[in-house]
Amino acid sequence: MSQRHPVLTMTAISKIFPGVRALDGVDFRLFPGEVHALMGENGAGKSTLIKVLTGVYGTDAGTITLDGQQVSFAGPMQATAAGVSTVYQEVNLCPNLSVAENIFIGREPRRLGAVNWREMRRRAQELLARIDLHIDVTEPLGSYSLAVQQMVAIARAVDVNARVLILDEPTSSLDADEVAQLLRIMRQLRDDGIAIVFVTHFLDQVYGIADRITVLRNGRLVGEYPTAELPQIALVEKMIGKELDALERLDSEAGRDRAAITAGQPLVAADGLGRTGSVAPFSLTIHAGEVVGLAGLLGSGRTEVARLFFGADRADQGRLAVDGEPTAIRNPVAAIGRGVAFCSENRRTEGLVGELSVRENIILAMQATRGWLRPVPRRKQDELVERYIKALSIRPADPDMPVRNLSGGNQQKVLLARWLITEPRLLILDEPTRGIDIGAKTEIQRLVAQLSDGGMAVLFISAELEEVLRLSHKVVVMRDRQLVAQLDNDDTLDADRVMRAIASGARQEELEKA
Amino acid sequence: MSTVKARLAPVTGHRLFWPLVVLVVLLAANTVYRPSFLSVELKNGQLYGSLIDIVRLSAPLILVALGMSLVIATGGIDLSVGSVAAVSGAIACLYISEQPDQNSLGAVLTALAIAFGIALLLGAWNGILVAGIGIQPIIATLILMVAGRGLAQLITSGQIITINSEPYKTIGVGHLLTLPFAIIIALAVTLLVAVLTRRTALGMIIEAVGGNAEASRLAGIRSRRITLLVYVVSAACAAIAGFMMTANVSSADGNAVGLWVELDAILAVVIGGTSLAGGRFYLSGTIVGALIIQTLTTSVYAMNIDPQTTLLFKAVVVIAVCLIQAPAFRARFRRRQAPTAPPAAPVEKQKEQVPA
Ligand SMILES: Nc1ncnc2c1ncn2[C@@H]1O[C@H](COP(=O)(O)OP(=O)(O)OP(=O)(O)O)[C@@H](O)[C@H]1O
Ligand SMILES: [Mg+2]
Repeated sequence: MSQRHPVLTMTAISKIFPGVRALDGVDFRLFPGEVHALMGENGAGKSTLIKVLTGVYGTDAGTITLDGQQVSFAGPMQATAAGVSTVYQEVNLCPNLSVAENIFIGREPRRLGAVNWREMRRRAQELLARIDLHIDVTEPLGSYSLAVQQMVAIARAVDVNARVLILDEPTSSLDADEVAQLLRIMRQLRDDGIAIVFVTHFLDQVYGIADRITVLRNGRLVGEYPTAELPQIALVEKMIGKELDALERLDSEAGRDRAAITAGQPLVAADGLGRTGSVAPFSLTIHAGEVVGLAGLLGSGRTEVARLFFGADRADQGRLAVDGEPTAIRNPVAAIGRGVAFCSENRRTEGLVGELSVRENIILAMQATRGWLRPVPRRKQDELVERYIKALSIRPADPDMPVRNLSGGNQQKVLLARWLITEPRLLILDEPTRGIDIGAKTEIQRLVAQLSDGGMAVLFISAELEEVLRLSHKVVVMRDRQLVAQLDNDDTLDADRVMRAIASGARQEELEKA
Repeated sequence: MSTVKARLAPVTGHRLFWPLVVLVVLLAANTVYRPSFLSVELKNGQLYGSLIDIVRLSAPLILVALGMSLVIATGGIDLSVGSVAAVSGAIACLYISEQPDQNSLGAVLTALAIAFGIALLLGAWNGILVAGIGIQPIIATLILMVAGRGLAQLITSGQIITINSEPYKTIGVGHLLTLPFAIIIALAVTLLVAVLTRRTALGMIIEAVGGNAEASRLAGIRSRRITLLVYVVSAACAAIAGFMMTANVSSADGNAVGLWVELDAILAVVIGGTSLAGGRFYLSGTIVGALIIQTLTTSVYAMNIDPQTTLLFKAVVVIAVCLIQAPAFRARFRRRQAPTAPPAAPVEKQKEQVPA
């Protein structure tokens, strides 16, 4: 491979943000027909390297050559025109435009100068069918889940005639099936000679597809390695810059005595709770100290269940009881008052206020419950914020940095911190480890286990079955917006059985309930 | 060269840097035209001078713009401030004009209280339309902008109400502790709004609502109440401005009081660095913005610029201020100057919206 010429070379790239050296003399080479994984911890500089390449940011030093020509793009549009197509880490399409419009924005099919809408819809449908996505392309993009939006962004990027395709954590909210689809498409494109940059925190995906790996740490290049010559453990050590023992795997944390936990009165009990057009009525109890995992495919209604418990959407059927008392949770204020917290999967639109600082974002929910007349005392703010910056290793550890300047993974941690400081009784986590590096992920999983040991109830949603199985006492399976199974996480439960429940929706699984 | 630049960066990069530069340039231009411009003298224990005049005359605009800052920070806008000023001025003047003794302090205070109370109701009306019913702020407040003008004319029966009340006049042209009373009122209200927003959590919560309404809702913020509150505060500020404007001339003209002040206020807020999209707001910037606009108006008269070109002249300066402040414009300018200089962070933010 190396005897061929690289399609893209970045040499000695540096990028400085006020107070942060995001990239420091980084080299990067990309060859045609390869999948090149760009790896590193949260905040290592992966997204920044990509944005420097596509002209979102200017460089402070270094050169970029594409096909032997030195280039310096003024913006992503120019980069796309030059054959560098990118899916950025945060889906950045227009939620109020239709799916089809989003795919073809800037390059609409035309006839006699006017946009040919029919053609556009047809081609959008075709394109999405290629990745097995069958949705109404005339609906606004914003009405679909984050995962669908991510798929649409990918479809769009794949469709432009690109020589270089860059995917920044494209799989972070996808399920196994969609990931498989995506990897299949990536292989296809690679075989056509397209060079692909792939950023992800999922090591198995890297080892499943990448030909070579470049590792960044703290804005510096650690090295470039053929995948075959870099065992997984060595890769992790290069990423975190120390020996792996600090990261020894969590045992099954759910091994604790379930019978004792579920003996008493449930903390929350949903009885036939539902919302027309969103989730079919379901019944579910969660006890203090219990971790309930929610599994299911994309669009199966996991997030919708969570939103009903939090009052983000209002239930129109059924009853909800907290501590055995019937309660209507009509809005988030009511939910928070009952000790429920909800960490949304969509941190950018439903979680953080990008302009506000890390500190302000962390104390926001706590402040909201106190009301604006009673500000959280500065000393208490400092103490809480400092504690959680440390506990979740948020970097840079600067409480006054606007949160939008943080890397994706670090933003996620800020959102988590916001809810942890409210000391909720029921913590709803929707994809809490999305975009989080392996080190921090283990940290967060350990934290969840600790919190539930301390008596907190947790509703844990994740596309990663392995994670759900490791943490939950009970796994609830959703399919087609219905709750189809509740499985005790005992010794007999494994990923296979959950997968079968997801696939078949076998109601008899419920009978196995102890 | 580059170290000098680096050392100056915290100064030139400050939000207030360019607005202040513009203000200083305007003042300098006036001084060149009329060297006595900067002189301030003490006569009968009262300060006099063009500078004092500018600050005094800008007091109503400062008040209106303070309220407008909060509204804009929530992502809204309040077009009705001029009409609210007219209504409250008219009510106060009408009440005083019907008193046997127009110089009675009690009567004036009652007039102010009634007018102020009605202004609060008008603000609440705006807030309910926006937060309760969900009408877009620009439309919701447009209703009161038009209706309020009519209401003011109804109150004055289409006439100009003239009063002869010393206590009321004081609001506009009186002095206290050597300073014009209007300046003291503006200062007091500024302090009040600053304490209200920055000593409590109100400012942050307003910024959260304006920065990301859905995220704020899901964080448990009662954003409707906050929205209602900022429209009430805005109307309150407009009412005080209305008292000042009518007190200045001891008369209320429902047609003219506060006409177009909403536009000046919006400009002042924008010049001060607060984004019309909502989010972070800067009260100090707003005040500098208001001073710039008043200085402009004063300069136009002082320099005998043809009144017909006044508006054009104003527009040119405002465009200049906005351009200097626009990150994209500055980035282009800087890049041409020094191709290797690192552009400041917000520059990239504006260039293309590709977050994290
Ligand atoms: N616009 C910005 N202003 C200031 N600092 C920034 C900005 N963008 C990124 N940074 C900083 O640059 C560093 C690298 O961020 P980057 O987004 O490249 O990380 P990443 O490797 O993509 O991490 P993740 O895995 O979490 O997505 C971080 O410390 C981040 O805080
Ligand atoms: Mg990133």
